[in-house]
Amino acid sequence: MSEKQKHASAYWKENVRYLFILLTIWFVVSYGAGILFKDALDSIRIGGFKLGFWFAQQGSIYAFVILIFVYIRLMNKLDKKYGFDE
Amino acid sequence: MDVQTWSYLLVGITFALYIGIAIWSRAGSTSEFYIAGGGVSPLANGMATAADWMSAASFISMAGIISFAGYDGSVYLMGWTGGYVLLALLLAPYLRKFGKFTVPDFIGDRYYSKTARIVAVICALIVSFTYIAGQMRGVGVVFSRFLEVDIDTGVVIGMIIVLFYAVLGGMKGITYTQVAQYCVLIFAFMVPAIFISIQMTGNPVPQLGMGSTLIDGSGTYLLDKLDGLSTELGFAAYTEGKKSVIDVFAITLALMVGTAGLPHVIVRFFTVKRVKDARKSAGWALLLIAILYTTAPAVAIFAKTNLIDTVSDTAYADMPVWFKNWETTGLLTFEDKNGDGVIQYVADGQANELTIDNDIMVLANPEIAQLPAWVIGLVAAGGLAAALSTAAGLLLVISASVSHDLIKKTFRPDISEKGELWAARISASVAVIIAGYFGINPPGFVAAVVALAFGLAAASFFPAIILGIFYKRMNKEGAIAGMIVGIVSMLLYMMKFKFDMFGGGTPDDWWFGISPEGFGSVAMVFNFAVAIGVMQFTPDPPLLVQEIVEDIRIPSGAGEATGH
Repeated sequence: MSEKQKHASAYWKENVRYLFILLTIWFVVSYGAGILFKDALDSIRIGGFKLGFWFAQQGSIYAFVILIFVYIRLMNKLDKKYGFDE
Repeated sequence: MDVQTWSYLLVGITFALYIGIAIWSRAGSTSEFYIAGGGVSPLANGMATAADWMSAASFISMAGIISFAGYDGSVYLMGWTGGYVLLALLLAPYLRKFGKFTVPDFIGDRYYSKTARIVAVICALIVSFTYIAGQMRGVGVVFSRFLEVDIDTGVVIGMIIVLFYAVLGGMKGITYTQVAQYCVLIFAFMVPAIFISIQMTGNPVPQLGMGSTLIDGSGTYLLDKLDGLSTELGFAAYTEGKKSVIDVFAITLALMVGTAGLPHVIVRFFTVKRVKDARKSAGWALLLIAILYTTAPAVAIFAKTNLIDTVSDTAYADMPVWFKNWETTGLLTFEDKNGDGVIQYVADGQANELTIDNDIMVLANPEIAQLPAWVIGLVAAGGLAAALSTAAGLLLVISASVSHDLIKKTFRPDISEKGELWAARISASVAVIIAGYFGINPPGFVAAVVALAFGLAAASFFPAIILGIFYKRMNKEGAIAGMIVGIVSMLLYMMKFKFDMFGGGTPDDWWFGISPEGFGSVAMVFNFAVAIGVMQFTPDPPLLVQEIVEDIRIPSGAGEATGH
C-alpha cells in the first residue's frame, strides 16, 4: 500500500468512528428521550415543560444543530491531520 | 391602512424583488442552470436550502397540525430536522465530492448502469410531482384569503412568477431568490410569534414563552392550562399523544430518512465549491431551519389556547370579524346542532359544532391575537415565499431529471450544451403547467400523498446512496433490486391502506401497528435487506467503480461538478 492509501484508510476509519459516536447521540436525544423514554422523563419538570415533551418538541432539535457543528469541527481537524485539507 | 392594502403592498414588493434577482442572475450554461456554477457560499447555500426545504406545509400547515395533534405532532418536528444530521454526516460531503449534477447521476454512475439511472429518475419524478402539487395549492389558498382573488387565479399568478425565475435563472436564479425568500419567510413567521408570546406570557422568546407562566398573574403554566382545557373538552391532554410508541417511532424515522433522500434537498449540496463547504452549508441550513421549527410548537400552543378561549362556549353572535372572514373561505365551519346559538367545540363528534382546517392556525393567528394589519400582510408574503421557493426547487429537479438524465444521458448523448439548456427550460415550463393543473384541480389524493412522498424517498433513494458510499462491494444488481422492492412495497402499502385498493384495511390491520406514513421505515429496511441479499449472489462491481468509491471518501480535490 502506498503512503497515500494508508492515509486514506486511516482517515476513513476515524471518520466512521466519529459518525458512529455522533449518530448514537442523535438516536438517544430523539428516539430515546423524545419517544421511547418520553413517559419516564415526563415525571421530571423544568418550568412549565415536562422533560420528555420538551425533548420531543425542542431539545432534540437543538441537539441536532449542535451535532452538525461538532461534526464540522471534527472533520476540519481530521482533514488537516491527514493532509486532505484544501 | 387596512389588511388588504398591506397584503397587496408587501406581496407586491417581495414579488418585484424576486423578479429583479432573477433578471440579475440569469443562467448562461448548463452548469449554471443545474448547480448555479458551483460557486455558492456556504451561508447563502444554507439559506437557500432552508427556503427550499421549508414549504407551504412547514410555514402554513405544520403549526396547525401540531396544534391539533399535541405531542403526536412531534414526529414532524423531529423528523423534518433530524434528517439533516443524516444528510450532513452520511450524504452531503460524499455526493459533493462525487461532483455530478443530479441524484440519478450518482446512482447511474456508481452502479454503472442505465437501468439504475432510469429507476432513480422515475423515483425522483414520483417524489417531486406529489410534492409540488401541494405547493401550488398553498399559493392558491394564500391568494384567495389575503388578496381576495379566487384560488384558481392565485395558482395561475404563482405559476407565472415561478416560471419566470426558474426557467430564466435555473439553479442560479433559484438560489439567490431563495436567499431572499428565506429572509421574508422567517421574518414573517417570527414577528407574530414574538408578539403573541409577549401578549400571553410576557416572554419575548417564543421557545421559552411556551414553557412559562401566563401573564394574567395566576401563576399557572401555559402548558398546564392547555392540558386542562383539552381534557375538559374531551380531547387528549396536549402533552400526551394518542399514537402508539411504535408508530411515532416509525413515522419519525421515515420522515428523517425521507428528508435525507429528497432529491431537491440533496442537489443543493452540489452547488458549493469544496467538500468542507458542503458540510458547512448543511450546518447553516439546519440552524436556519431550526429557528422556525423550534418556534412552530410554541405558535401551536399559543394558537390553540387562544382559539379555545375565544370560541368555546361563546355565543356565535359575539364572534370577532376574523371568524366570519374565515367562514367565507370554507376553512372554518359552524353548525349549530343543538340550536342554542352558542359554539360547542368538543371532542365528541356528535356534539361538536365547529370544524377548523389546520391551515387557519398560522394564517389567522395574528387576527385571533388582534395584531396590527401589517403583521397580517406579512404572513401572506411569508406563506407565498415558502410555497414559491419550494416549488422552484422541485421544478429544477424535475427539469434536470428530464433534460439531463433522460435526454442527455440516456436517449440523446450527442445533444449540444445549448440544446440541453433549451431542453431543461422547456421541461421546466411543462412541469409548471402540470403542477398548476394539479393545483387548480387537486385530485383527492394529493394531501394524503405529500406526507407519503417522504416514505417513497426513504424507501428508494436513501439505501441506494448510503450503500453506494459506505459499502464498496455493493453492485448494480443489489441496488436496483433494493430500490424496486423498496418503492413498490411502499406504494402497495399506501394503496391498500390509504386508497382502499386490494381489499383495503383498517388501522387494526396495519403491520406491526405501523401507519402508511411510517411504513417508509419498513420499506427502507426491505430495500437494505434485498440489496445486500442479492449482492451475495451476483458479481462484484468493476475495479474502476471501487476506486471511485475510495476516491469519494477523501474530501480533497473535489473540483467543479460536471455533467460528464
